[in-house]
Formats: sequence, structure tokens, C-alpha cells
Amino acid sequence: MARVEFERVGYVCDPAETVLDCLSRHGVATPSSCRSGICQTCMLRAVEGVVPAAAQKGLKETLQQQNFFLACACVPESDLNVALPDAQAVPKITARVVEKSQLSPSITRVRLDVADGFAYRPGQFINLGRADGLVRSYSLASVPELENFVELHVQSLANGAMSSWVRDGLSSGDSVTLSEPLGGCFYVKGQPEQPLLLVGTGSGLAPLYAVARDALAQGHRGAIWLYHGSSRPDGLYLADELRGLSAKYSNLHYVPCVSRGEPLPGIAQGRASDIALREHPDLKGWRVFLCGHAEMVQEAKMAVFMAGVSMREIHADAFVHAAAA
Amino acid sequence: MTQSLFEQIGGEAAVNAAVDLFYRKVLADKRINKFFATTDMERQAAKQKAFLTVALGGPNKYTGQDMRAGHAHLVKQGLNDSHFDAVMEHLGATLTELKVPGELIGKAAAIAESTRNDVLGR
Repeated sequence: MARVEFERVGYVCDPAETVLDCLSRHGVATPSSCRSGICQTCMLRAVEGVVPAAAQKGLKETLQQQNFFLACACVPESDLNVALPDAQAVPKITARVVEKSQLSPSITRVRLDVADGFAYRPGQFINLGRADGLVRSYSLASVPELENFVELHVQSLANGAMSSWVRDGLSSGDSVTLSEPLGGCFYVKGQPEQPLLLVGTGSGLAPLYAVARDALAQGHRGAIWLYHGSSRPDGLYLADELRGLSAKYSNLHYVPCVSRGEPLPGIAQGRASDIALREHPDLKGWRVFLCGHAEMVQEAKMAVFMAGVSMREIHADAFVHAAAA
Repeated sequence: MTQSLFEQIGGEAAVNAAVDLFYRKVLADKRINKFFATTDMERQAAKQKAFLTVALGGPNKYTGQDMRAGHAHLVKQGLNDSHFDAVMEHLGATLTELKVPGELIGKAAAIAESTRNDVLGR
């Protein structure tokens, strides 16, 4: 009989018993609601073991690939080690700064060396930890197949405790800690002709830079439209790299956007999400990635859904800023 | 053995096809979209899927009590028959758009209708 491990305790499932029923029979309360595989409230993640396909029915591909499953629909066929969805969020993995540079006045690029076995999908995020316990989330801009460092883009915020320290205090050779990679903002193979829309503001470019390069590296042939927005021209960064990439790959279209000030040559004027939707009013069949300013992400999520994108095809990371200490 | 309504309509694949259409109609409807306003659109879409599964006679364990508890906060905000009617309208329009035969739409509508008093807390 299959054994289910949760928070370091093992529980034996009865035949045909689901993970949810097994845990609750043993007095372990995990969230649940419909208990019919629909509402997704009881989602857990398999840290070890094989999840039956039936337990992942209806989940987004990005969740399936991270071994998320529905506890109420999971009758394990072999032993499983399971965890609550957010249990991987504590920074415990040591990483060393190998390079630090300023990509723009407001964006610091940090490249990290992490021990082998840190497996992530380009565009996911990590929680970055400082020795005194300060923790903030940053997206991963690197692509493991292309580079052996892990890259973060840290946007300087007024009174930002972590961002100020990263810009002014952190040096090459210093150690920080990382959580496991988190989130579903990454490219999934299987539909190489599907058009992709990537919209990001500020350091929301980081995951999109990763997703675009990952998609291209995996042979994506459909159009990839990348809109990067900033309120001011000096908030745009990696523009030369992206122009170079779009010269190399004819299906990559890079559109830098600035929302304030005078029009500038080669730069679209307005909000990135507005320009993207104006240029692509019908998004049926597209896959969309939205990253950055929280309000932009929320509004754009609704707008692209109404423009025809299936809910399952929308991948979004809203960057929420911690209250200044 | 005769097929259940859920099987006749096309099972889970039909629900998946219906959920985006249905949710889009609900969000575009000024009469009711305030009840669906949320920052977590994915969770909200999962709820729409649960509703459609129930209406299409699919597997679920929802009870009348669940329906009451799940909508009590909306009843406090003024949820009433007119809003329920609007949702019924969108259910019918969604299934029509998916070319579900009228007779099956009628059955689905009857199931959805049977939850009215629980949803409205009466």
C-alpha cells in the first residue's frame, strides 16, 4: 500500500483512498472544498514520487510540470512525499555573487553561482534572503541551458531595504540564500506555432527576457511579441541585447514603450499593455505572460482574457512591493 | 445504459470549453460583474468551472448547505433574483454558442435553477 509523507510524517493509504482522505483520516487538516477535483483548493505538490495523471486533470501545464496535484483526486499508486504549495518558499539554498553590474540607473543585475541541483524554469522566481532574515522575491532572468549562472534584475525602490542593499552593499563573492524556484511564469513546449505575447514593466522584463530566450532556444516558431514598458526612457534596459536577438530571430518582435515625456525615435509612446492590446486586439489562441507593476498586471490580465485568451494560457507575476521599513 | 447529461454534453472537455466563454460573459455584464470582481481571476474561473460542472450534471459533492455558505457574503451585498436570472441567461447563451442541443440546455438550466433558493439564501 502506498505511503504518503507530509511534513516528515508518513501515513499509509487504504486501498483506493485519496491523499486528502488519508491525511484527514489521520487528523491532518489541509485545505479542501469541493472534494471532486474541480475547485483546486486542495492542491499540494509532490516533492518526491510519481503523481497519477488523474490527479493533475484540469491543472495548468505549468502547475503539472511542477508536480502540483489535487489531493482529493489523487489515489497514489506508489509512495509520495507531499507538501503544501507554498512550503518551498523559505530561502535555504546558499548562493554566491559572481558578478554585479548596473543595467540602467534603476536596475542592478546580480549573477549568482548556485550549487548543482538547483533546477529551475526560466522566468520562475525565488525568494532572496539576506543573513539578517530580510527576504524579497525576484524573477530569474537566466536560462539554464544557455548560462551557468542564475541572474536577477533588482529594481531600486525608494526606501527599498533589499534593493538598496543589493545596489550599495552587496559585492562579488558575498553569499545570499535562495528559496526553491517558484511560480508558473515559464515557457512550456508543445505548441511551437502559438503566438506569444509578453508584457512587462520595469524589472518585469527579467522573467520575460528568460521566457523569450527559452522559447527561442527550444525552437519556438510562432511570433513572440515582447513589450517592455517604463515611465521614463532610462528605465528601459537590455534594449541592445533584445534588438540584437530580434535581428537574429525573425519571429521575435521587441517593442520598447515609454509612457511619459516627449515621443522618442524607435520607442512606442504609451503604456506597454495598452500598446500591446491596440496592436493585437484579437488574442484568441495566444499565450500571454504579464510581469511587473501589480496594477498593470491585474488590468492586463482582465483585458487579455476579454480579448480572447483562455484563462489557462495567461501567466502572470504581479510584483508587489513590501511596505518600506 | 443511457448516458448521463454530463456525458451527453461532452464531459469535462465541454466544461473546459464552456468556462472561458461563460466567465467572459459574466465579466462583461455590468448587472453582475461586481459580484465577480477579484484580483484572483484563476480562483474565480475555477469557481465558474465548479458551477458549470454542477449545472451540466457532472460529478460533484456540493450540497445545498455549501451553496448557501458559498454565497452568503454575496447575498449580504444584495445578490437577488435579477442577478441569478442574468447568470442563467449567460449559461444558456454559452451552451448555445457551443452548439449544445436545446433539449440538453433545458436540462442543464433546470439543474442550475434548482440551486436558486440555496444560492439566494432562502
